[in-house]
Amino acid sequence: MDKEYDVIVVGAGPGGSTAARYAAMGGAKTLLIEKRQEIGTHVRCGEGLARGLLDQAKIPIDRTWIAAEMDGARVISPGGFTFEVDEAKAGNEVGYVIERDLFDRALAKLAGEAGAHIYIKTAARSIIKENGKIVGLKIISQGEPMEVRCKIIIGADGYESQVGRWAGIDTNLAESDIMTCVQYRLTNIEVDPKYTEFYAGSSAPGGYIWIFPKSANTANVGLGLGAHIVKEGGDPKRYLDAWIAKNPKMKNAQQLDMIAGGCSINAPLDSVVCDQVMLVGDAARMIDPMTGGGIAHACLSGMEAGKVAAEAIKLGDYSKEFFQKYEKAWRSELEEKLFRNWMAKEKAMTLSDETFDTLISLLDKVGMDNISVINILKALHEHHPELLKEFEDLL
Amino acid sequence: MPVENVNKCLHCGLCVGSCPQNAIFLNEVRLDFNDDCIECGLCSRICPVGALTPGGK
Repeated sequence: MDKEYDVIVVGAGPGGSTAARYAAMGGAKTLLIEKRQEIGTHVRCGEGLARGLLDQAKIPIDRTWIAAEMDGARVISPGGFTFEVDEAKAGNEVGYVIERDLFDRALAKLAGEAGAHIYIKTAARSIIKENGKIVGLKIISQGEPMEVRCKIIIGADGYESQVGRWAGIDTNLAESDIMTCVQYRLTNIEVDPKYTEFYAGSSAPGGYIWIFPKSANTANVGLGLGAHIVKEGGDPKRYLDAWIAKNPKMKNAQQLDMIAGGCSINAPLDSVVCDQVMLVGDAARMIDPMTGGGIAHACLSGMEAGKVAAEAIKLGDYSKEFFQKYEKAWRSELEEKLFRNWMAKEKAMTLSDETFDTLISLLDKVGMDNISVINILKALHEHHPELLKEFEDLL
Repeated sequence: MPVENVNKCLHCGLCVGSCPQNAIFLNEVRLDFNDDCIECGLCSRICPVGALTPGGK
């Protein structure tokens, strides 16, 4: 490792590796550090990825990280009503279940090939400031405390989001904007290998249950709960265990792994940059509040931040003002959707099981080609005007 | 400060990113709590696997 870089990227997930790749491609001397000993592990992810988002984020498809290709997605209400989104109607909303460890490694490889230096088992510990300016990072690399100088830091440190907080960017979340999640990889289960499934309602208050198939009899089966609703530590695991126990398709299920994690489901932050620092992906709280999907947003924001970082180095301007270019770029792609879906999530958290039944059977009846909040509201207006009042504030 | 049950903790970082005081740090396989902890209890309550007990030393 050298003593000085133009750009240090903290975290080699999809956002960090993509940022490092574009920064290096733009000519910046770039260091990518990952605190874990293996890039891509341990996986903390449902591993679903929509095709349209892959295109939007310009992620090159590589068969090695595709576990299964989906034909569609199903949303299932507490009473068993099902709304199906299939590829013919909404190809871009449908996509892949991936192998996140291989995916992350493929993206890190692209960063390395672009010229970024990659160091694993290397954790950022604090930002070094001199005369009010950031001059580098304190790190621990494979047990050795070190200082590395830099001009720009890109925080891609995921949900834990330390870099942003050290730099003074407010990434704090309200409790109602936190999902607390647990997921098992289950094998020996009956699963439709071509459809992802989402179960709404009181089986997962303030969240939902997901089944993302990895192969013919194996799937990621997970659950998220709204943090403001949970009463006691361990609730997500208890809710998931209870749901699996009463699901006849899973009566012979065996666990291959167990993971947990936090998921931000907030409205877009006011700012994800300050002088010399940009945040990307989960660290910038860019997860889709409705779907919980964050991979593609991380890649997209990583790409934009990497490009802006390289340009900033060329121009010698690492100011918050210059980084507005990054803010504009990611916001023009994501902000409106994130805000709209946050509003929809706020509403969804309050719905009764009966309302979910009505809503999902209605969606099924209408069978719309293009699922969107506006289209849902139109259908409600037509078929269930009495429910429309509940959703007025979304208009 | 909360007490971590290392036999239950999955090192997922949920408590770290959710702590309003940024008083928790995740080393690879261990949580560190610092003096900024205000005993709000959030991390213990929202831990997905019940690995944190509030109010240790």
